[in-house]
Amino acid sequence: MFENIGEIFLLFWRTLLSLPQAWRQRQKVFDQFFEIGNASLLMVCVLSFFIGAVIALQTGPVLVERGLASAVGGIVGISMAKELAPVMMAILIAGRIGSAMAAEIGSMRVYQEIDALRTMNINPVHYLVLPRLLAIAVALPMLVVFGILVGWLGGAVIADTNSHIAIPFQAFWANLRDVVELKDVANGVFKSFCFALIIGVVSCHQGLATIGGPRGIGRSVTKAVVNSIVLIVIFDYMLTRVLLK
Amino acid sequence: MNSSTNNHSGVSLQVCGLRKSFDGQAVLRGIDFEVQPGEIFVIMGPSGSGKSVLLKQLIGLEPPDAGEILINGESIQSPEIASKYRLAMVFQSGALLNSLTVGENVGLYLSEHRLKPPEEIARIVAEMLEDVGLKGTEDKMPSELSGGMKKRVAIARALVIEPQLILYDEPTSELDPLSSVVIGEEILHLQQRIHVTSLVVTHDRDLAFGVAGRMAVINEGRILTIGTPDEVKRYNDPLVQNFLHADFKREP
Repeated sequence: MFENIGEIFLLFWRTLLSLPQAWRQRQKVFDQFFEIGNASLLMVCVLSFFIGAVIALQTGPVLVERGLASAVGGIVGISMAKELAPVMMAILIAGRIGSAMAAEIGSMRVYQEIDALRTMNINPVHYLVLPRLLAIAVALPMLVVFGILVGWLGGAVIADTNSHIAIPFQAFWANLRDVVELKDVANGVFKSFCFALIIGVVSCHQGLATIGGPRGIGRSVTKAVVNSIVLIVIFDYMLTRVLLK
Repeated sequence: MNSSTNNHSGVSLQVCGLRKSFDGQAVLRGIDFEVQPGEIFVIMGPSGSGKSVLLKQLIGLEPPDAGEILINGESIQSPEIASKYRLAMVFQSGALLNSLTVGENVGLYLSEHRLKPPEEIARIVAEMLEDVGLKGTEDKMPSELSGGMKKRVAIARALVIEPQLILYDEPTSELDPLSSVVIGEEILHLQQRIHVTSLVVTHDRDLAFGVAGRMAVINEGRILTIGTPDEVKRYNDPLVQNFLHADFKREP
């Protein structure tokens, strides 16, 4: 992965330079945006609900035992907003959308469709990479906001219904509102924006670098997902350090 | 569209000392030839002789290690070439964009470069598809087409550019004899109608001798001979004669 970092940065830079083309590519951006949302919304919903539920289930009984029942809402709220929703949604999107991007562009590369674009003087970065990167950069933060809300709901439902926790719905929300500030949600959204850029540019780069036949496409898909996840985790640490200040 | 295509003519192509290696293995070992404007020039050779690599260099998809490619005397590496001359390539596989319909594929150049309004593009696409015998296929997906139809759509897509130089990579590979004849006739028809310079790379002997104005035989990255089809047929070299007359011999 690390030998390709230079190429990945170069592709990202070329995509940034092609931003003035964004309006011309708006239909493709919208199509990709719809594709990402449509493919992921239900999964985001299920994943977030159960992540919120699990945090409430893991922390609730321990805190209640020590007389800290009022902290459960805050813990679920903060952990979903600042860490779990951005990272888990990014990993989900890397698996679902990053793999699809790498496979689609990789097969276009293998079957000479990208060569055909270049012979027509159509820049593959403008035509293929820019719409995907813009779409994912908008879609992932939106999915994360949705995931945060559903995760909070999951935590609240479990805190209310589980007999070992038994924190009323209203009390859970009151504590969550006390602890979680808007900047915590903004923190998570900013992280997810950075993760979206990582997934988009790594997946498109892997697609464009595909060589060989179907096996090459398979290799590219695997590398796109694995490299995206590794970079997401590394950047998560770095961003957390920066945002803590 | 037809009236405008008649206003342009083919370009000349000069290739001098072209060399290309991959991982130290020489694929092109010094290729020299020249194609006159409006000529159909055929490059023949067995599989693996470097024909497709040569085409990629000619259209600018890969840079050569050494040598020069000149379009009307200007280097193909020059940044102005793409805007100054209209070059097109028909790929061996057709290379149609599978996510687009036939109509969108054919009109892609015009729509992406915003050269015509959508209604005008639709009209041109319909006309081009009719020209290659595929009227009414605009809404089909490439996956619904046969190999021969895909090749003809690829030709229609190349024609939309109103090319001055068109490169064909194995245009009849994987096609039945009837479809091969249709493609060969289409290449001749285009040359007569719009005087485009055509460079056809093939190992199909019938196509090569059927359409060539002049031809070259290439083997292991070197040109063995260049001339008219009759001159090449008479060229007394065992490699060339073996290639031209290779035939299946059945034991009695």
